[in-house]
Amino acid sequence: MNWSILHHPTVARLRGFIFGSRAHHGLIFNAVLYSLLIAIGFVYLQPLLFMFITSIKNPNDLLNPMVQWVPTEFFLGNYTKAFRVLDYPNALFKSILISVTPSVLQTFVASLVGYGLARYRFWGKRIVFVLLLATFIIPPQNTVIPQLLTYREWGLLGSPLALILPAMLGQGFRSAIFVLIFYQNFQSLPKVLEESARLDGASDLRIFFSLAIPSALPAYIVSVIFSIVWYWNETFLTVIFLEGGTTTLPMQLSRFAQAYENLYPPGVVNVFDRINEAVKMSGTFLNILPLLVMYFILQRWFVESVERTGIAGE
Amino acid sequence: MNLQRSRPEISLRLREALNGYGFIALWVIGFVLFTFVPLVETLRYSFHKVTVTATGIKLDFVAWANYTRGLFTDPTFVELLIGYTVETLVSVPIVLIFAMLIAMFLNLKFRFKGLFRTIFFLPIVITSGPVIRELTAQGAASAPGIANVPAVVEFLETLPRALRNPVEYLLTSFILILWFSGVQILIYLASLQKVDRSIYEAAAIDGASGWETFWKITLPSLSTATVVNAIYTIITLSHFSENRVIRYVYDRTYDVQGGIGYASALSFLYFGVMVVLLMVVYFSLMNWARRGNR
Repeated sequence: MNWSILHHPTVARLRGFIFGSRAHHGLIFNAVLYSLLIAIGFVYLQPLLFMFITSIKNPNDLLNPMVQWVPTEFFLGNYTKAFRVLDYPNALFKSILISVTPSVLQTFVASLVGYGLARYRFWGKRIVFVLLLATFIIPPQNTVIPQLLTYREWGLLGSPLALILPAMLGQGFRSAIFVLIFYQNFQSLPKVLEESARLDGASDLRIFFSLAIPSALPAYIVSVIFSIVWYWNETFLTVIFLEGGTTTLPMQLSRFAQAYENLYPPGVVNVFDRINEAVKMSGTFLNILPLLVMYFILQRWFVESVERTGIAGE
Repeated sequence: MNLQRSRPEISLRLREALNGYGFIALWVIGFVLFTFVPLVETLRYSFHKVTVTATGIKLDFVAWANYTRGLFTDPTFVELLIGYTVETLVSVPIVLIFAMLIAMFLNLKFRFKGLFRTIFFLPIVITSGPVIRELTAQGAASAPGIANVPAVVEFLETLPRALRNPVEYLLTSFILILWFSGVQILIYLASLQKVDRSIYEAAAIDGASGWETFWKITLPSLSTATVVNAIYTIITLSHFSENRVIRYVYDRTYDVQGGIGYASALSFLYFGVMVVLLMVVYFSLMNWARRGNR
């Protein structure tokens, strides 16, 4: 075989196209890459797809083993039921209230603490860092019972204040992460700016508000978004502190079956109106819908500012 | 002269420190009120029999009785603890490898990157206790279909019990495990983007293959992120509200027998196991990172 043909320009270009070169990926590489990406993407989306498709199945489709991924009609009856069972508008409002308020407060306090740790020299900083990590590690059930008893004494059980108070004092859900994000952010703020502001007679707080905050806007946005998501999805603490007073969407979802049977008593309604997977999945989907909407609106912003804030945290 | 120079110096430092304390004051108050005091209080409960009365709580000292009961007479708790340890040790490497892989993909340049990125970060947004519970109940969380194939079931039955549990867990909760890797992907991605491009170019010019580049450059530069991710994974898995140990402890709180005192002791036992796990993983990864960076 004449090997010199391999060096012919056309063959070289073809080889580059298939196997890739330093400048771009080859065909084989791309094929492998995309098939892996699609496979993994499917694994990620499968539960969501399953949830959505099950939620639009009518009772006949549910029973029919032939109907797996393509329902015979787009059936919205499950949603109207789930909507009523979840007491949607009310629970949605409560969910927004108890996730947005603590998030904003906790982000602000975390930025104060992160700023203090990053910009000032004082004794005991190391201890604060160790304690900060400790707050992240200590499981909530190791602190929750005394808090519960104290709240009961103060009559705060069931009130959103039970979640807002810790957030206001930097002990909100996963506060330590946000403090570390801000710590890293404020460390990269040039000292010169701060000094010239001080020479102009600005106070420390003034410098924080007019210099530090604007410089760290991406960090603020990332923190608020993550915080909202985590507060929204947190059920351990919310159930303990809010039970009986405030009902959020995830809480309502956890007792979906019971709430359903209150609205549609099993002995009274006909067999098609009994609780089934489709209704449950509609409830689950309605539960994550607000977060999905927020995510798809903000996702570009979200990922880019995560990259800019350097969340990696050394 | 010397004295006069140093006095304003000291007061400046003092002023700086005071300002610093001012910024962290809110957090310190919060730490004492909402973390330290409740933690000590829970520890105190764990050595007592706690009875809740209309006016407050009544404590009867029982020394280590709650702890010995949890460790030696409560078969469920020990079993759950072992299960938790095994599941965590199985999940952490999977989450780490998977997150690293995805982050490396997302660090490449290709078309539709934004779309895939959106999909891969989706779990961060939707992973919550009740949602996971509903999905698991419907069987949507297992690796698609694998766990139900008869051959697999038969194969599982031939395995010894100690090995069967982790494998079974792996098959039934595969997607769940992957769903816990959203934040970890972000952390890996951020630290991949900090790696200096010119190192890769230099390696390519020296004729290093992609395989070699990965082991010699990419992996060592991800060692810090790996440690952070491992700790983060263990903590999220351990605090997750659907965690069976947590649910068990929580249910014990309302028991007539033992109640709060017993539940407090159990939470400290659980905390202890979690800290040991964290330390084991931390030190073995640090060891690995040090060897890799040398």
